[in-house]
Amino acid sequence: MSLLLIVLLPFLGSLCAAFLPSNARNAEAWLAGIVAFATALLVADLYPQVAAEGVVRFALPWAPGLGLDFSLRMDGYAWLFAMLVAAMGVLVVVYARYYMSPDDPVPRFFSFFLAFMGAMLGVVLSGNLLQLAMFWELTSLASFMLIAYWHHRVDARRGARMALTVTGAGGLALLGGMLLLGHIAGSYDLDVVLTSAGAIQTHPWYPLALVLVVLGALTKSAQFPFHFWLPHAMAAPTPVSAYLHSATMVKAGVFLLARLWPVLAGTDLWFWIVGGAGLCSLVIGAYLAIFQQDMKGVLAYSTISHLGLITLLLGMNSPLALVAAVFHIVNHATFKASLFMAAGVVDHETGTRNLQRLSGLYRAMPITATLAMVAAASMAGVPLLNGFLSKEMFFAETIFLDRPGWQRIGLPLAATVAGMFSVAYSLRFILQVFFGPPAQELPREPHEPTRWMLLPSALLVLTCLLVGILPALTVGPFLETATDAILGSDAPAYSLAVWHGFNLPLLMSFAALAGGVGIYVALQRRFFGEVPLLERVDGKRTFEWLQTSLSLGADRVLRLLSSARLQMQLLVLVLVALGAALLPVLTFGTSLGSRATTPANPAFVLLWLVGGGCALAAAWQAKHHRLAALILAGGSGLATSLTFVWFSAPDLALTQLTVEVVTAVLLLLGLRWLPRRDQSYDEGVTETARVRLRRLRDLLVAAACGIGLAALAYAVLTRPDIDGISPFFIEQSLALGGGLNVVNVILVDFRGFDTFGEITVLAVVALTVFALLRRFRPAPESVPLPEQQRRQNVADGIAENSAPDPAATLPAGYLMLPAVLVRLLLPMAMLVSLFFLLRGHNAPGGGFVGGLVLATAVILQYIVGGTVWVESRLRIQPMIWIALGLLSAAGAGVGAWLQGLPFLSNLNWHGELPLLGELHLSSVLLFDLGVYMLVVGATVLMLVAIAHQSLRSHHSKAGAGGGL
Amino acid sequence: MEIVLALAIGVMAGSGVWLLLRPRTFQVIMGLSLLAYAVNLFIFGMGRLRVGDAPIINPINGSNPDLYTDPVPQALVLTAIVIGFATTALFLVVLLASRGLSGTDHVDGQEVEKE
Repeated sequence: MSLLLIVLLPFLGSLCAAFLPSNARNAEAWLAGIVAFATALLVADLYPQVAAEGVVRFALPWAPGLGLDFSLRMDGYAWLFAMLVAAMGVLVVVYARYYMSPDDPVPRFFSFFLAFMGAMLGVVLSGNLLQLAMFWELTSLASFMLIAYWHHRVDARRGARMALTVTGAGGLALLGGMLLLGHIAGSYDLDVVLTSAGAIQTHPWYPLALVLVVLGALTKSAQFPFHFWLPHAMAAPTPVSAYLHSATMVKAGVFLLARLWPVLAGTDLWFWIVGGAGLCSLVIGAYLAIFQQDMKGVLAYSTISHLGLITLLLGMNSPLALVAAVFHIVNHATFKASLFMAAGVVDHETGTRNLQRLSGLYRAMPITATLAMVAAASMAGVPLLNGFLSKEMFFAETIFLDRPGWQRIGLPLAATVAGMFSVAYSLRFILQVFFGPPAQELPREPHEPTRWMLLPSALLVLTCLLVGILPALTVGPFLETATDAILGSDAPAYSLAVWHGFNLPLLMSFAALAGGVGIYVALQRRFFGEVPLLERVDGKRTFEWLQTSLSLGADRVLRLLSSARLQMQLLVLVLVALGAALLPVLTFGTSLGSRATTPANPAFVLLWLVGGGCALAAAWQAKHHRLAALILAGGSGLATSLTFVWFSAPDLALTQLTVEVVTAVLLLLGLRWLPRRDQSYDEGVTETARVRLRRLRDLLVAAACGIGLAALAYAVLTRPDIDGISPFFIEQSLALGGGLNVVNVILVDFRGFDTFGEITVLAVVALTVFALLRRFRPAPESVPLPEQQRRQNVADGIAENSAPDPAATLPAGYLMLPAVLVRLLLPMAMLVSLFFLLRGHNAPGGGFVGGLVLATAVILQYIVGGTVWVESRLRIQPMIWIALGLLSAAGAGVGAWLQGLPFLSNLNWHGELPLLGELHLSSVLLFDLGVYMLVVGATVLMLVAIAHQSLRSHHSKAGAGGGL
Repeated sequence: MEIVLALAIGVMAGSGVWLLLRPRTFQVIMGLSLLAYAVNLFIFGMGRLRVGDAPIINPINGSNPDLYTDPVPQALVLTAIVIGFATTALFLVVLLASRGLSGTDHVDGQEVEKE
């Protein structure tokens, strides 16, 4: 349980921090500090249990069917890392409280900071590979947000993007590797994976899995050749650099390599990939660190180098090297974080981190200087400090490496050279900043910062000293539980001591110290010039080139393979559909069906002669005579509707008919705002051969589609019926659904959930139409009254643009008679619509038809009476109808829960009521009522929204314009 | 009857596809309507054609599936008709807005340059 709390607490704190006011610097710091401290205490509290039991576990079933649990797992190694993350968190929070300026949006900082802490603890404590990968990505995201904290700065944004791209790509590779590992091991559970070393290393996928996992680790830990993002991440506030980019997040890579060490290590492939990357990072990072001009730049390259040292140790395939690696992870965190804090203090107090400008600060800030010197000495590997111990273990390992030939000599040599570089940049860092003549013209007058800002650094330096002098008493037991957790019974014996006698590693240490001083003196003149030898090696340039060429290439492919033109897209769509339908015909051949056909009825033939003719004519006229095309298409619709009647589908016929009416009204209202397209537009434009060719192509495609669909339809119609699911619906309609109209029972009961989704879509469309029309700008040509209406108004003696009189009982002029009739129609239409709704369950009808009938009656009032007149008398609130409809349909579904039944189960009540007699009530009726109300609301909303546009001419006359 | 219905479907689908490939927005909306008729009839036809056997159970004859036509395609088509109406409405408004904004009724919002 406390495991869960360890991961959860920082996330909760992050959420709280996000909601604090932006000037609450103290409240923020207290919150973050308390959370970090509580987490550290929780971790510390678990140590006895971990030491005694080995592993502490916590699992929360998530998707047990898929074998996925949320599982946390803490062994000695995870404990050490969790402690590192939590304790560093406490120190960095204290430091950040004094580092951050009150002008910065501090809640954001602490919110992301705590989120990162939670994610990092999640990585460390995950008991499941996939879960680990997820937390891994979360740390990348938190790091992105923190690097880009000062997002007004270009370098911060660029650095954040680069870090996210590199670590994100690595995270993707890691996920692939994890999937492979889990697949080979048969489980994503870390415990299972850790015991499947044999199966994994002999599997043919082992190299691929290894490469993918290592890619993830190397990108995260900024290892060669992916090291270039880390220096650019230094744009982050210094507490972030201290915490994420030296002590914890960049350690996630080496953490993972050590975590999976028992499973993946031990092969030549591992040695060359991991060891090679580590060695390159170690040497190149240290070399480049010598020539940096920015204090944080020196530290960033030094971090790359030290992480390279750890990676190299892990790549050596020796248990003792692993111990050294884990030891150095801890040591590096202590001295490097404290150095970052020192760099931050210098920056904070002087206003610059530029080594060219800084000098002689020892006089102004002696405490900072002393702390930095001790930490830098540890970094350089000076005896009696913790950095010396792990570095000596490293030197020892390079000597005793069990490899053939030149590798035995080459490795210790390279290690010593890297050690020399390390001494050189440490020396330069200290001597340049704190010694020499006092600096001139600094942005601020340097002085010692507040004690509280020095405290975290001082504690870290104290740790360096204590561990360095009394290793066996301080870090010894923790290191042992940690390495035992990784190595199990293979854990080697080693002694943590300052003095091992005069031996080769000690000699190497002294050679490194002497050589480092030598290099420092030799290079003193060249520190501020270009980097000798490696000046042309620039990861950033390669990265940017890669990024640009990738996006350019993607653009080119997109241009080649796609078109922005709708016609082309539709043509491809149609052709693909045609091809997909043709393929089985060409593969399997065709044959005529065996079902007896019904003899053709002359009336039906005539019906479709008209219907088909209408369709062809509509296709021909749609360009120039829109109204004619609309009427003709309506003719086809009518024929379709009659066909439904003919072949036993009364419900479809009713729905088709009512939809036909509503669609026609809708399109007519819309045509008002679509300026006339005259044939004369195209006069003078000669038809080129190309246009004719394109028409011919489209004609052929259309004909092929028509013939194909006709043939397909005929082929199915002449084949015997297959036994599908239909008999079930017919048999159970009355028994289960309590209705005689099977189609209606299917819609509102058996497949009620589909209908629920459908009416939701209808509601969404209606609201979208409404929203689009609110900001509608019509074509300028169509704003004035149409010519026909103007002429009619003149004939009626009405002034153009005169607003209708809402007080008049009847409209003046030619619409008087229809107005009377239509008003008479409204109550009758209401009656009919209710009739359709109520009978729907047992006879043709239902909510859809009823709703459309009522909507048609309402829009008729608008058409004949005019918008102003209708709305002065009749307030319809379509949106309330939509809401009530959805609520009532949902209510009918939720009601079933009260009875312990699934959503939308049918509930019935049958009984006697006084006066009314026998009564049958069903939740289905409530559902259908919902459909009814929603259809009324949605249809009326759409139609009225378009109808309202007719008020536009009045508005535009008044100069108001726009709006609904 | 089957051949008549099949031809009707073919004619409407052909007209619909032709209009779908035209450059004017109103042509496309008409094309979609015609195509919708064709496809609805096609799906409806999957239940085969029967005259006078509407899927409304006659309590006297009982629930024998052989007595009624297939209700499932009908239920599907009913849904399709309503959704078709919704998409037509949405498309119409987008069409009007596009005409108002771009000043042309070309589907791409701009006239094709001289070819």
